[in-house]
Amino acid sequence: MTEPVLEAVDVVKVLGNGAGRVEALRGVSLQVAGGELTLLMGPSGSGKTTLLSILGCILTPTRGTVRIGGRSTAGAGPEDLARLRREHIGFVFQSYHLFPTLSALDNVRLPLDVRGEGARMARAKAKEAMATVGLSHKVRSYPQALSGGEQQRVAIARAIVANPSAVLADEPTAALDSANGQTIMTVLARIARNPSRGVLVVAHDPRIIPFANRIIHIEDGRIVGVEPGGAGLKSR
Amino acid sequence: MSLVFRLARRNLFHDRLRFVATVVGIVFSIVLVTVQMGLFLSFDRMVTTMIDHADADLWIVPRGTKCFEDPSLIDERERFRALSVEGVVDATPVVIGFAQWRMRDGGTTPVFVVASDMRGSGLHPWNLVGGSVDALSIPGAVAIDRSYFERLGSNGLGDSAEIRDQKVEVTAVTSGIRSFTTTPYVFTTLDRGRSYVGTSSSKASYFLVRLAPGADAGAVRGKLDATLVDAVVLTPQEFRSRSRSFWLFGTGAGAALFAGALLGMIVGTVIVAQTLYSSTKDHINEFATLRAIGSSGRYIHKVIIFQALLSAVIGFGIAAAIGWIIVRATANSALPVVMTPMLLAGLFLLTVGMCVLSAIAAIVQVMRIDPAMVFTR
Repeated sequence: MTEPVLEAVDVVKVLGNGAGRVEALRGVSLQVAGGELTLLMGPSGSGKTTLLSILGCILTPTRGTVRIGGRSTAGAGPEDLARLRREHIGFVFQSYHLFPTLSALDNVRLPLDVRGEGARMARAKAKEAMATVGLSHKVRSYPQALSGGEQQRVAIARAIVANPSAVLADEPTAALDSANGQTIMTVLARIARNPSRGVLVVAHDPRIIPFANRIIHIEDGRIVGVEPGGAGLKSR
Repeated sequence: MSLVFRLARRNLFHDRLRFVATVVGIVFSIVLVTVQMGLFLSFDRMVTTMIDHADADLWIVPRGTKCFEDPSLIDERERFRALSVEGVVDATPVVIGFAQWRMRDGGTTPVFVVASDMRGSGLHPWNLVGGSVDALSIPGAVAIDRSYFERLGSNGLGDSAEIRDQKVEVTAVTSGIRSFTTTPYVFTTLDRGRSYVGTSSSKASYFLVRLAPGADAGAVRGKLDATLVDAVVLTPQEFRSRSRSFWLFGTGAGAALFAGALLGMIVGTVIVAQTLYSSTKDHINEFATLRAIGSSGRYIHKVIIFQALLSAVIGFGIAAAIGWIIVRATANSALPVVMTPMLLAGLFLLTVGMCVLSAIAAIVQVMRIDPAMVFTR
């Protein structure tokens, strides 16, 4: 395995307090390596999304350490975490979360705009990202004019446009039919071939397994197993 | 172009009904403030207009005078005392007072008589649009302002009426000399003015002091203060301030105008704040997504502030156009709304300030967003 782009060490996350106190993660340690597509699988309420949020610097752990590119995120405030996200992480959400008032190209351009990148360069990079996901012909379309699969591909283009070291995808195929799901996973697997970028996909759809290099199983806030995925087996 | 502006624009125009409500709120607010402040400026000019147009370096006024229209009297002896002071060239008497104007059809209306020597310096009618100052020397001649024609039952030059049972004839017509009290001014000569208001020939309301060229106004004033018995000396600026202070604040008229303007600002701020807040709430997913993809708080603030500024510019543009129509429509009325470049600039800054202030609630709301909500929606 190459150097981890993301790493969680003995992460504990407690949500709520009093009677509503829940220990969502109970000492989770994992690594997301560059050049790999890691699949995080588990039943509902197992802590998958909480772990994804912590690895993506959206939530902070109650205990334990998260490292991005070898650097700990401990002590980072909300604005520091936002900076880490925009510099190192790309997100793909189950519900796409595209901006309905922006064209596909502008949606993809958004992470670069947030980083303060110039409009001309940002547009060129956004077009390149759209080409990577096979949607060069849809740059001017608005999300409502795109199919679910196309919207998710735009979301993937948005996740990779700023060249993050990690792409975190939360149930990226859950809202899609089988064919579109396959397309999305093919795109994500292709993106994961870049050795400087790791992809972590949270899912419970077994049809995704063939695309993963590694599968991590989580239950009740604990990692209960790690096994090679379909892609991992092929590469052996 | 940054997407901040595009996002702001599209968020704003996305819900057209809400956008219209925002703009109507701003327009209502700014037009209200424009009218209130325009009237304030207009009143401000009116209450000092006589002082502004009098040929005086210093004013000798009765003790306790609150404003130009305060009809107290001083003895003519004070004039001679003033003339005895070195540096004083002239002390021209001015007589003011209320009188009844009897129209030809028998109706009466109060008028405010302003009488001065029409041959020399003093307080003469200005902005003449008919007749002349010289024509006021004709027996019974008076000058009135055309904005009060209807009130005085007059058609202008050549018309006659009565003041204190004496026939008067309009021989000069002015434009734009309006009274804060809405009582029409009637200009006439000193002797006739005294007769119209029932003042003795040994009394006057004011003396307008003209100084010798090169005379030290401060020193002359000091000497006058020491010489005069029942009168005080004011500079034109002091008399203006005194008049302003009495009419606009002493009577509560200015406070009422400011209260109206303040109400307009509050209404506008609340409407814009409410619409920006609900717009932000409608786009909460997008703001959470922005936060999740790493946007700084500043970037999000900019989106909301741009929305507010865009609303301000559009709202101000419409309000300014309506304000201009109001200014034009009232220009020749007894109650004109005045607009100056300074007021226009002030209103623009006020609109911007109001809209930016309105954005605070939306910004507070957006900063409470948990970016983790993007995983649950």
